[in-house]
Parts: sequence; C-alpha cells; structure tokens
Amino acid sequence: MTASHAFIVIPSRGETLAHPVIQSRVMPRRVAIFVTCIVDQLFPNAGMAMVDVLERLGLEVEFREAQTCCAQPAFNSGYQREARAVARHFVDTFDGAETIVVPSGSCTSMITHHYADLFAHDPVALARVDALTPRVFEFSQFLLSLPNLDSLGARFPHKITYHDSCHALRELGLKDAPRRLLGMVKDLELVEMEAAEECCGFGGTFSVKFAQISGAMARTKVDSILQTGASHVVSLDSSCLMQLRGALSRGGHKVETLHLAEVLASRG
Amino acid sequence: MESRDVIMERVRAALGRKLGQKPLPPPEPLLRVSHQSPAAKLARFELRFLGTVTVVADWTFVAAAVEKLLDGKTAVASGHPYLRACGIAEVTGVSANPEDLRNACATAGVGITSAYCLLAETGTIVLRASPEEPRLVSLLPPVHIAVVPQDRLLTNLDEMLSMTPRPVDADSSAMVLITGPSRTGDIEQFLVRGVHGPGEVHVVIVQGKTPPL
Amino acid sequence: MSAPETAIRKTLADANLQLAIYNNTGRFKENRRRAVAPDQLPEYEDLRTRAAAIKRHTLSFLDVYLLQLESAVEDSGGKVIWASTGEEAADFIVKLAKEREANLIVKSKSMTSEEIHLNDRLAHHELEAVETDLGEYILQLAGQRPFHIVAPAIHMTRNDVADIFTEKLGIEHDTVIENQAMTARRVLREKFLSAGIGITGANFLLADSGAVVIVENEGNARLTHSAPKVHVAIAGIEKVIPRARDLAVFLDLLGRSASGQALTSYTSIVTGPRRQGELDGPEEFYLVLLDAGRTKLLADPEQRESLQCIRCGACLNACPVYRKIGGHNYPWVYSGPIGKVITPSFQGKEKDTWLPFASSLCGACAEVCPVKIDIPGLLLKLRKELVTANPADRSAFQVWAWLMRRPGMYALAARIGRSLMGFNIGPLAAWRSERDLPAAPRKSFRELWKERKK
Repeated sequence: MTASHAFIVIPSRGETLAHPVIQSRVMPRRVAIFVTCIVDQLFPNAGMAMVDVLERLGLEVEFREAQTCCAQPAFNSGYQREARAVARHFVDTFDGAETIVVPSGSCTSMITHHYADLFAHDPVALARVDALTPRVFEFSQFLLSLPNLDSLGARFPHKITYHDSCHALRELGLKDAPRRLLGMVKDLELVEMEAAEECCGFGGTFSVKFAQISGAMARTKVDSILQTGASHVVSLDSSCLMQLRGALSRGGHKVETLHLAEVLASRG
Repeated sequence: MESRDVIMERVRAALGRKLGQKPLPPPEPLLRVSHQSPAAKLARFELRFLGTVTVVADWTFVAAAVEKLLDGKTAVASGHPYLRACGIAEVTGVSANPEDLRNACATAGVGITSAYCLLAETGTIVLRASPEEPRLVSLLPPVHIAVVPQDRLLTNLDEMLSMTPRPVDADSSAMVLITGPSRTGDIEQFLVRGVHGPGEVHVVIVQGKTPPL
Repeated sequence: MSAPETAIRKTLADANLQLAIYNNTGRFKENRRRAVAPDQLPEYEDLRTRAAAIKRHTLSFLDVYLLQLESAVEDSGGKVIWASTGEEAADFIVKLAKEREANLIVKSKSMTSEEIHLNDRLAHHELEAVETDLGEYILQLAGQRPFHIVAPAIHMTRNDVADIFTEKLGIEHDTVIENQAMTARRVLREKFLSAGIGITGANFLLADSGAVVIVENEGNARLTHSAPKVHVAIAGIEKVIPRARDLAVFLDLLGRSASGQALTSYTSIVTGPRRQGELDGPEEFYLVLLDAGRTKLLADPEQRESLQCIRCGACLNACPVYRKIGGHNYPWVYSGPIGKVITPSFQGKEKDTWLPFASSLCGACAEVCPVKIDIPGLLLKLRKELVTANPADRSAFQVWAWLMRRPGMYALAARIGRSLMGFNIGPLAAWRSERDLPAAPRKSFRELWKERKK
C-alpha cells in the first residue's frame, strides 16, 4: 500500500509545504514516541492506546524520558527565545531516533513546519532540525506509511463523528488519513458533521485569554456534533478533545470524546 | 515637498530602490484561450446567460425580434452603425440616438445597444463606450437589449484580454463587462434584481452576413 | 489595551445576530467553495500562485508602476492627486466640490473612503455625500459603520431596514425586501442624476492603461462614474497591477472568493474623462492615490505581504472568530483576519495589543486567501514583536522554559499542577467560565509507562 499524503497549500513563504511521508518498503523495527505534554499529563490513555496499536503491529516502542514539550505554547505567544530553548531540548532528546511518532497534529506541525523558522538564524541548529523533521510523523500519518496495512484488529461498534483539528488538516494535509484508518475499524459507523473543519476554539492560550469567543466556537461545534446523533467524537488532537469534552459536559450532553488512537486500539 | 515626491521617496526607500532603477519583467498571468466552435460557444452562452437569448438567421430578422422583446415598451437605442444597419431605428417605440440622450435614457423602458463582444463562458456582454455607444443606454432603463453579430461571440474573458490588450484607450473611455441583471443580496442575502442597473437583460445574436452599412 | 469584552459579550449573547452572521457568512463560504472547486475552476491553485506572484512583483517595483500609472492616467486626460494622508485626500475632494459647486456627491462602495472618514469630513463642510451601494446606504442612514468588508449590512434584518427607512425617509413601514431595494433605487436615481461629483473606489488600478477597475453587482458604481460631470476615484497605492491582461487572473479569483460568482454583474474598466465625441461619461477625472500608512507597511518586510489583499472578504467568511464577534468589534474599518493583521501597522502597534492574540491560528483564512497571504504567519510575527516590546508576561514563560528543559523538574511541577486543577484561579477560572475541565488523571503517561515496562 502506498503512503497517504494530501498536500495542502499553506501559504508560508508562498510555497507548498508538504510533509513528505516516507514510503517505507520495509517495516521499521523500532519507533520513538513523543507523547506531548498534554497527553503525558492529562490524557495518558491516548498515549497508551497509541503504544498498544504500535506494539500490535510488531513495532518496538521507545519512550525517551527526557521528553517534555514541543514548545508550541511559547512560540504561539510570541516568546521565541523561550520556544527555542525548549525546542533545542526536543532536538537533543530525539537525537539519533530514526522514527518519531506523535499523537497530535498541532505538535507535529510545530516541529515539522515551524522549528525551521525558530532556528533560521542558527545554521548548526537548523541543520539538526532539518535532519530530524523528516523523521517526525503524526500518528495516523505514520500508520498509513507502513506497507501492507489493511487491518488493525480493531473493533468499535459505535456511531462516531470526526473533528478535523486545524493544524492536522491545514498544515499536515490530513483529511483522508484518519478517515481511512477509521474505515478499517470493524462495526464503526462514521457520520460526518457539517462543521467538521471548523476550529473548535482551543488555540492554546486563546482558550483562556478569549474564553468567551472560545466557548462560543466550542458550542457551535457541539451543535454540529449533536446533529449527527453520534455517541462519540474523535480527533487526533487531545487539546481539541479537551475543549470539546468540556463544552459537551457543560451542556449536559452524553457524547464522549476519544483520541483516534483509542479507537484504533479498541477491541470492541 | 509635494506629496507626490514624499510618497515616491517613501516607496523607493521602503523597497531599497533608486530613482530610474529598472524593474524585472512581471510574472505572466494565466490566459486560458481555447478556440471553441461557434456552435459550442453559442450553446455555452445560452446556458450561462442570465436572460433571454434570441438567435436570428440573419440581420433582416433583427427588427422583428427586437419588437417582440420590447413588448410595447418605449426604447432608446444608441446610434451605433450596426443597430442602424439592422433597422432598429424603424422599430415602433424606439428613439434612436436622441438629442437629449440623458433624459431619453432616464424615461425609456428599454435601452438597446450593440456590443463589443460576448463571452460564452460567463454569459457576458462587453460594451465599450464610444461616440456611437454611450454608457447610459445600457444603464438607466430597466431593460437592456444587446444586438450582436455571432462572430463577436468569444470563448471567455481571457480570449478577449488577449485580443484587447488595451480595453480602454484613446478611442474609448470605458469598458463594462455585463454579466446578468443588476442585483443585490445586501439585505438578508435575499436576491433582488434591478436595484440600480437594468433588472432584465436580453441578447439578440445575429447569424449570417453583415448588413450593408 | 484590552479587548472590548463587554461589547463582545453582548454580540455573543444576541441570538438573532449570531444567526445572521453565521448563516450569511456560511452562505458566502459555501458559494465560494463551490465556485473554486475542481469541477468549476480546475486552475484555482495555479491562479492563486500567479495572483500572489503578480502582486508580490508589483509591490517590489511599486515605484515604477505608480509612475507608469500616473503617466497613463494623464495621457487619457485624467489627473492624479497624490495624497500622503487621509486628510489630504479629503481636503482635495472638499476643495474640488466647492470649486465645482457640487453640493451633492454620490459615492459607490469604497472601504478606502471609510478609512479616511471622507463622508464625515465632507459633511463638516456642508457637502452631502450619499452612499449608493444598498448596504452602505442603509448604514449611512443608520449611522453605522460597515460590518463586513464586502457585504456591509450583513448583520441587519428586513425589520431593521424597515425601521431605518421609516425613521429616516419618512415612508410607511415595509418589511418586503424587494420594496426596500426599490425604494433605494427610486431615492438614489434622483441623486445620481443631479450629483455634481461621483466618487468611487477601485478594486484594481491598471498601470499600463491608467484605468480604474470596479467590480460590483448593483450598478451603482457605474452610475456613480458615468452620470455626474466629475468622477473621482480614490484608491490605495497598493491597488496597482501591471497590465490589463492580469485581470484574467484577478477577476477569476475576486468574484468567486467573495461571493461565488465567476463574474459579478458589472466589471467597469474606466479611464479619464469621456473621449472626444462621446455623448456621456464624466468631463473630468481624478485618481486620488492614497498613502495613509501604506508606505510604512511596504517598508516592513515581514508584514508587506498583507498589501497583496484584494479585499474579497473570503477570510472573514472563513474565520470562526469573525463569525462569532462580527465586524463591529474590531477597532478599525477593516475587520476579520485581514483587519487583524493590517490594523496594528496602520493604527500603531502599541494600540489594541489584544488584536493579534484574538485568534486560534486555525489557518482557515490562509486556506481561502486568493493571493496567499499567510495571515497566521503574520499574526505570529506581530505577537513576537509585541512581547519584545512588553516583557511583563515573559517571566511566566521563562519559568516554563526552565522547567521544560529539565524533565525531572517538569514532571514534578506537572504533578503539582495536576493536583491544583480543582482550584478555580487564573486560567483555570477563565477556562471554567465557559466549559468544564476534566478531572486530572491519577497517573501521567510516563508513570504508566514505567509500570507497564516493569
């Protein structure tokens, strides 16, 4: 099978920036995981589910304990110096890793699309970044890069709807990829919501600095989710899921949120 | 210092350029010029045009077609030779190239013009202002009829721009591309036609030989 | 300076307004999507690339193109007025109106004229300037500013319009939209035919032809530039494109991006006064070229690309923030994502410092921009500049960075943080004001991993 790669034209520097998904003819033996700070601290089950899926595929999973954060919060707030320091730590931590898998679209795109900006004036660091970033994959990207992937042995007998997280959709071009994976899950029914591609309103510190607007955006998503009649909403970004879950719960709705990895790890 | 100089100096400073420094050539636009057959263009125009299209076999049928479209209303026609040659001035109710043009346009029920060309792809009438083709004839009356020979039916805007590098020049102060009736959705996105310009547009496409001018 | 929270709260709480904004922008959004879909416009991405390239090129050599434009305008009998500031532009028009004894002026839609508060200035000199675009006309009667760059009265209902017409025009209350439009037609027709000056904006300025290109649906711009004896077009210097043939790219993108139309009802390409022998059209033509802060933006290499904007409004329709707060909550005349990026450069980066942060950086704007302006990228650059100038917030992130480079400290601090999640302070309170916060898991991933590997 071929790797899935949808290139979204993102206008930075007027080029098409696409994350090249390496077409492996050979299964990698070992992958390092970067679980992301939010999964580590708030949604560990998503991380564990990802590990389950990877191990079931016969991969050896390495967790480098030195890992912390991709630096996105600082970068998005304009604190480049601080972001650089933390990004350097990431690069050091994953030095020598052949494949790095990340259960988050926004963290992946921070690394693959913005680290180069951070180190634009530091050629030595930039060289290390350039060597590293082609090895960094968002989780669904990684799975679809594997040869002969047609089943994950997963079963999830529920009606679900999918939320396209912004960075995954627009920076990584992941529209079909998660859906193809969901298509491999037995007894799963996927219903698309009208507002699938609309931002959930998280946006990092935006969610607290502009809480009113963020909340209103979340409620629009909730309306769209409810219209599908789905029992679960799935995404590949935990930050979005936290936002949606919070809004669903506040509205007294029974819809649950799950990370894509948790669905793919589910045995029904 | 005059504002002109102030602004130009600021522009040059902003760009790091010197007075008289030559530019690089501009990047090319995309001009999609495909040459379709007259029949194909006509079919496309009929599909896209937001109004009625009457095709007549030759210029001798124009007057009757226009009379039918007038439906008893009064009309003002431009003084374009093509219209004259097709006998528009003789149609009942038509005031061709009147003295008080402005008033005639303001009071007539229909405005009749020729056209510089038609664009099949978008159902567009292209008018070019000239002494024989004033602007207000296609603008003030609530109905607009354009009488156009078929050989002026082009494929699309790109073709017209390729043929007409200077839409306006010494001979013409204004070109207008008319694509359908005047409309607005400014209130609740509810479509209303004929807000300021004509609410109805019609085209008579003339096949056959050119009329004797 | 902080965001207008009270006003935003009011907007968010107005259910009818929320529906109007969301549904109307939603319709534009959907129409645009269909109009640029591969089955309708297979060359869409190619056109975007070229449009961006042509705009970038023109800005890079703007000195040449402005002079070429001026020359071409003069060759066709027109005159270029260079206005360094908005005041200069307005002063010229006031002076002209007085000299021509044109007490009545008709205007077609021009955001540039909103920028310079032209109508107010004219009114100050007892010159009546009537807006003729239906949405702008309604707003003028109501004393409001535009809510949207392309559809200025998108927030109003037929009832609002009926109320305004009854109050300001003294007519019977009529909520039938078609009648409302016809009322405007009737009232404004008289104005077109008696006005001494017609003022338009310009969507594009053609350097090779000295022409002004105006894109519209109503026909009010055509009447404005064709009926009165004097035509004044006012446009920012960034509106220039090199050649008429470049319109092949821009016209294809503008109508579709704005409202899903391949071409709008009318595209006018006009230059100079009427030619010898022409029976109508203006006898005098002035092109007012406005700087008013554009050269400053041009000089900013990071922000310059925002000058590529063709004012299609697609970014507004795509923006989830705009679709909630609407145009009146932005501090300047330009709202939505493009408004966010250009306002700091025009109004001063020290003002409305909240603006570049009022975005989730979702990228929907960049996705739809026909000239590929990287709005999220520009917002990040503005944020970077703001923290450099204001190091107050910095200490929190410095602590954060210190922790994040020390895994042991990070893990400890995070454990403490998780235990405090139940408290309602600071950002936790802000979060909870709108939605619930999940309970903290007992164990972090790294703790679970350690257990698993035993």
